[in-house]
Amino acid sequence: MGAASRETRHGCPMTERLGLASPPGLADHLRTFGPMPLPGGRSGGQPGPLVDEVERAGLRGRGGGWFPTHLKLRAVVESSESRGRLSRTRQPLVIANGMEGEPASSKDVVLLTSSPHLVLDGIEAAARTIGATDAFIAVHRGSPAIEVLERAIAERPASGLPITLVTPPARYVASEESALSHWVGDGVAQPVYPDRPFQKGAGGRPTLVQNVETLAHLALIARYGGAWFAEVGAPSAPGTTLVSLGGALGHMGVVEVPTGTPVKDLLGRAGGTTSPVRGFLTGGYGGGWVAADGFMSTPWDPDSVRAAGGVIGASILWAVGAEVCPLEELDRITRWMAGESAGQCGPCIFGLPALADDVHSLASRRSDATRDVRLQRHLTLVTGRGGCKHPDGVARLVATALSAFPDEVAIHGDGRCSAHPGAGTHLPVPPVRVPVIDPSGRDFR
Amino acid sequence: MSDDDSRTLALDPIACDGRGLCHYAAPDLIDLDEWGYPLLRGGGLRMGISREERDAARDAVHACPTLALHLER
Repeated sequence: MGAASRETRHGCPMTERLGLASPPGLADHLRTFGPMPLPGGRSGGQPGPLVDEVERAGLRGRGGGWFPTHLKLRAVVESSESRGRLSRTRQPLVIANGMEGEPASSKDVVLLTSSPHLVLDGIEAAARTIGATDAFIAVHRGSPAIEVLERAIAERPASGLPITLVTPPARYVASEESALSHWVGDGVAQPVYPDRPFQKGAGGRPTLVQNVETLAHLALIARYGGAWFAEVGAPSAPGTTLVSLGGALGHMGVVEVPTGTPVKDLLGRAGGTTSPVRGFLTGGYGGGWVAADGFMSTPWDPDSVRAAGGVIGASILWAVGAEVCPLEELDRITRWMAGESAGQCGPCIFGLPALADDVHSLASRRSDATRDVRLQRHLTLVTGRGGCKHPDGVARLVATALSAFPDEVAIHGDGRCSAHPGAGTHLPVPPVRVPVIDPSGRDFR
Repeated sequence: MSDDDSRTLALDPIACDGRGLCHYAAPDLIDLDEWGYPLLRGGGLRMGISREERDAARDAVHACPTLALHLER
């Protein structure tokens, strides 16, 4: 009944919930989604009732981790509580994460420029639920979403919750949640260890960091309920998800599909493949490569993608055409990721460039008898030793490329490559930085 | 007091800047990697410390000039 009424009242097809096709203004927003019912607020140590609806929905975070949203909401409330009362110095806050550090992702900017009010609704609903009195929305410096968001924030009626637009530097690690809360608190977008934002975030306050798409889904759950939300999608991670599609496809772009949609159907939504596909990069540059064989039928949800050897992450799917060398792609990405270290932990500052050298040696088909041993040692040395998961992500990127493309690795060892130089569509890599030791965060302000 | 004698040696990788003194204070517990950063048993940021190892772990903690090592109950 909820689904039917939602469809007839607002005329949205069931699987395109986030309003990507509608204009960004408030009037259009209200016409598309209807008025936002104000959810009940937090009372003492109890989060507002929306948390139960979110649990019923089974909403999981769309920023990359797919962590259950209701658990995060409850954790912030719990850590802000002192003997059943809300202590003033432990007043929670909300940060909406629209940083989109992954170069192959564009789903957050597409969402923010088409449905900014849905995200802002979600921020207000989350803030009431956890008892936050201020909120921030973060997009990277220079983001095309800035202007749309400024206009959207200005045209909303006063709700009592100030929402401040902030623009941290456009660095890969700046979108990591502890880095983002560090930036809001102290103006330094470097990750923090070992405190997690929900315990001790911006200015030491319990901080709810949620991806902007997660907050948009939250706003829909506040309107139409958890049961409605879970009517589509994979049971283990219900709802719809945005997907950034790219590579050897008819057209690149962002689609909204129910979670669990098979990979081949996602490719169909992007106009199909334009050349034989040898494999995919899943999840982004801290994600994983998979061979095309057997992956086409994999349902696009976190558990199924992981079982198939990939990572859904921030829902990025990039098709690598047969004319492209995956090891050369890996080489360029690994070098860029090494330069995106926050410059805080030794194994990352020194280990990632060492790993990038090993990968470069392989990709450029150098004859090097000790390379494999070195590469394996460096993979081990950068894993599990950083204050954030940046080095772990790079290690996974490298290790999964080796296992997804064993034939290509073997012929590179013999000085050959099966790709056509210069042909095909290549993964986007921004200008490379030289990694530096940066304890004061001067490059992250 | 406690019947649980186990301790955990925890490394804060952001505070650590690779002076390497922990290794010289407790060479049997802490190795250094090829860049001079401490390598704990198991390869991660925390390692279990037996009763026999506790004094050596304390020496490593006290040797660290950046207070990056902690012995936790």
